[in-house]
Amino acid sequence: MKEGESPIAVRGLTKSFPGVRAVDGLTFSVERGEIFGLVGPDGAGKTTTMRMLAGVLTPEAGEVRVAGCDLVKDPEGAKQRVSYMPQRFGLYEELTVDENIRFYARLFQVKGKACEERAARLLAGAGMSEFRGRLAGKLSGGMKQKLGLVCALIHTPEVILLDEPTNGVDPVSRREFWAILYSLLGEGVSILTTTSYLDEAERCHRIALLHEGRLLFCDTPAALKANFAGQVLSIVTGDPRPVASLLEGRPGVGSVMVVGDGLHVVVDDPARVAQLKNELAAAGVTASIEAVAPTVEDLFVEAVRRGKG
Amino acid sequence: MRAMLSRLRHMLVKEFIQVLRDKRTRFLLLGPPVIQMVVFGYAATLEIKHVPMAVLDYDQSQASRELVSRFEGSRYFDVRYRLTDRRQVADLIDRGEVTMAVEIDAGFARLLGKGETAHAQVIVDASNSNTALVGLGYLNEVAGSYAREYQLASLSRTAPLAAGGLPTIVLDKRPWYNTDMSSQWFFVPGVIGNLMLVIVMTLTAVSVVREREIGTLEQIMVTPIRRSEFILGKTIPFFLIGGLDATLISAVGTFWFKVPLRGSVWVLALGTVLFLLGALGIGLFISTVSATQQQAMVTSFFFIMPAIIFSGFGSPISSMPTFLQYLTLLNPMRYFQTVLRSVYLKGVGIDVLWPQMAGMAAIGIFMLSVSVLRFHKSLE
Repeated sequence: MKEGESPIAVRGLTKSFPGVRAVDGLTFSVERGEIFGLVGPDGAGKTTTMRMLAGVLTPEAGEVRVAGCDLVKDPEGAKQRVSYMPQRFGLYEELTVDENIRFYARLFQVKGKACEERAARLLAGAGMSEFRGRLAGKLSGGMKQKLGLVCALIHTPEVILLDEPTNGVDPVSRREFWAILYSLLGEGVSILTTTSYLDEAERCHRIALLHEGRLLFCDTPAALKANFAGQVLSIVTGDPRPVASLLEGRPGVGSVMVVGDGLHVVVDDPARVAQLKNELAAAGVTASIEAVAPTVEDLFVEAVRRGKG
Repeated sequence: MRAMLSRLRHMLVKEFIQVLRDKRTRFLLLGPPVIQMVVFGYAATLEIKHVPMAVLDYDQSQASRELVSRFEGSRYFDVRYRLTDRRQVADLIDRGEVTMAVEIDAGFARLLGKGETAHAQVIVDASNSNTALVGLGYLNEVAGSYAREYQLASLSRTAPLAAGGLPTIVLDKRPWYNTDMSSQWFFVPGVIGNLMLVIVMTLTAVSVVREREIGTLEQIMVTPIRRSEFILGKTIPFFLIGGLDATLISAVGTFWFKVPLRGSVWVLALGTVLFLLGALGIGLFISTVSATQQQAMVTSFFFIMPAIIFSGFGSPISSMPTFLQYLTLLNPMRYFQTVLRSVYLKGVGIDVLWPQMAGMAAIGIFMLSVSVLRFHKSLE
């Protein structure tokens, strides 16, 4: 890899399947020591993008450079330095934790003391040291996913691609999972992850929103929030659903989203508060309205709405 | 090179752990083939014995009773019913109670006594044409020998001198390789081939597609393993298991069914190895093109059936239409059946069997290469 080159650099990446353009002219890059989050609804093209970066799917157009290697020309070239963890990591259930790790290690030519030390450290980080002799098929869902991560990291990759790694994982395991990811950043790796948990998106250094194969925006969560055009109002009321349908489509009102026992409503101007209060009062609804800072979810929902509009 | 061998070795270690860790799978690899060999060895036979028959004797003479007792005395027939009414015959044949019915007309003995041709009618259930044909043959033989004796006896009464010098032709039979013409000797080596095909095909057909289904294939693809290493890693274990099964069931054929192994064990082993290559190649090909394990199983089933029928296992290839005979040249089973029977019964060697060996080697190498080329480290 050349000095100053991004470990992941994608330009104009495009891929179609019969009847749909799954990824459409995607351009972004991920730097060393960075966790980059690809966020988007199901079918946005996240998995297709990951597979092209992992070299198991051939791009239709565009450039993909991963760990200094042009994957369009040489899809096998980066494999030793890249790790890819699909949504469902392929573990051999008849093999023990140790045997699974050893198998993947050997395919990458990791062996001996180096392998032992790395496995011990990763397993300790995953809180799985005492399960080394257990059959992978007998592990819980969260443990399987953590074992998948250990196997995926055993060859000390420079670039780590994670496709919804914490899908269906309990909150404690998710926290451990993220702790492992942060600890890896010290090794100078680059991590690209997709997630549908928006609280996880907040933990990424930068996020990109993918919608129908296109990139809607890409920046740090803080910058995205700071540059957010509009104001998020939190409306707390007894029964939020009828209120939501009351507000949708009103002048100046953007996306309306039910959040817990209240609503998040995006308006074009903070001054709309008074107008909304009057409208709600006229409809006989008692509610408190308060201006709040946008969450990633607000950005996301509003961007998708504007993308459609 | 060292990296290649090391990756292949760990592929193999993984495969063997997967296959052998579970007690039930271990049994399934060796138990059923041996059990099936024993059962099929007894069941697969063309011999026809104890054909159930009915007799309708309208003549009730000494001559007709003598003929019926000849049928009774033969081990080929069981005379189950003695009927008095022709209408009963159809019912017994419909219900499958009897396969044949012999009707002796009234006047049978009178005609014979006058030196004229006497008639008896045979009704046979020919829905199984083979049993019908063979049964009729035996029946003809029994009736013919009775007729000859009757002729001789009457000749010796009327012209004693002529009876001694009656001209006749006798065919002296010399059945080579299988003196007793035991059909078990013919079928047991064939069953070895069929079992090998079924075992190896079903094991390999699901091997790659199984990894696709459980998601490990996508994971393997992102490692530096080469596709030939992966395919070899998938092939070698089933090759060894197939070889072990072949040894076991051949031992059952030789020691339990006492089918003589007249040729060289090494020629048999070479034939088995070459056949395994072909079966593995086809199984792997099915596995690489199937999307699910179920699809792979169904596809291999559709291969196994014709592979057995067009192998000469049951019906000889020479009786098939010419076009199909050419088609059998693509079937590794066809060559293996010839090798099995020739090595077991005829005891011939490579000098005779080299075309079969070459055919199997060609199919094996071709199919394995196609599987490797067809298998891409890509999800498309």
